[in-house]
Amino acid sequence: MACFVAPVAEAIVVSVIKKVVEKKEKNIKSNQKEGRKATESYISWGRKLSWLNTMLWGGAFLLMIEHIWYGEIVFYPPFLTEMNSTSEMIQMFHEIAQVGTSMSIFITVVWAVIVVIAETAMKHKSTKIIKAN
Amino acid sequence: MYFIITAFTAIATTTIFYVSSQRTKYKLGTLCLIFWGATLMWFVDHVIAYINEGGEFLEMSFDATLLGLIVVLWGFISWGIFLLIEKFQQKVKTNCKS
Repeated sequence: MACFVAPVAEAIVVSVIKKVVEKKEKNIKSNQKEGRKATESYISWGRKLSWLNTMLWGGAFLLMIEHIWYGEIVFYPPFLTEMNSTSEMIQMFHEIAQVGTSMSIFITVVWAVIVVIAETAMKHKSTKIIKAN
Repeated sequence: MYFIITAFTAIATTTIFYVSSQRTKYKLGTLCLIFWGATLMWFVDHVIAYINEGGEFLEMSFDATLLGLIVVLWGFISWGIFLLIEKFQQKVKTNCKS
């Protein structure tokens, strides 16, 4: 019904965190000497968070299209057709809690796996370049 | 059906991302992630609906197929809008610097 609301909420939070992290990384870069520390990641956290952000916003937008198609979202208040009665509202909140939260968690887990794979790939690439030199 | 169409589009765009030399210029990664986000969300939605209500896992109807095509179209439109905004922001940055 309105399950995309939970991923949208997470996307808003991730967007804020991403802005803060990008600012911090910019400050660190300008103060740091050249070269990468051993404990630093190969891909900036700002970039990694942008992947999660894109999946959440993009997925939520396309899910919203589906909800508009099935008449669950309208372009006038209360915008969600389930807000018209109390019983439907309870069902809607239950779906947001169950389905929406599951979607958010699943996408975050998949993103974490992508981050690990990407970091490992960059590490191997970097090791190969060092060995070649 | 819209889930299958979106999943195939995600796979196709990911393949193009890895094959293309213009991936950074055209932000193909963003396009892939938009479709993968929707695919993963619908996968969870279908699994939970199947567990709770039973019935068919996939809806194979003309309505669902048409929705799939419209969703893919809107995915490409949103990617296009994103590219336009990025280009505009870059132009503003270049003008500010000069």
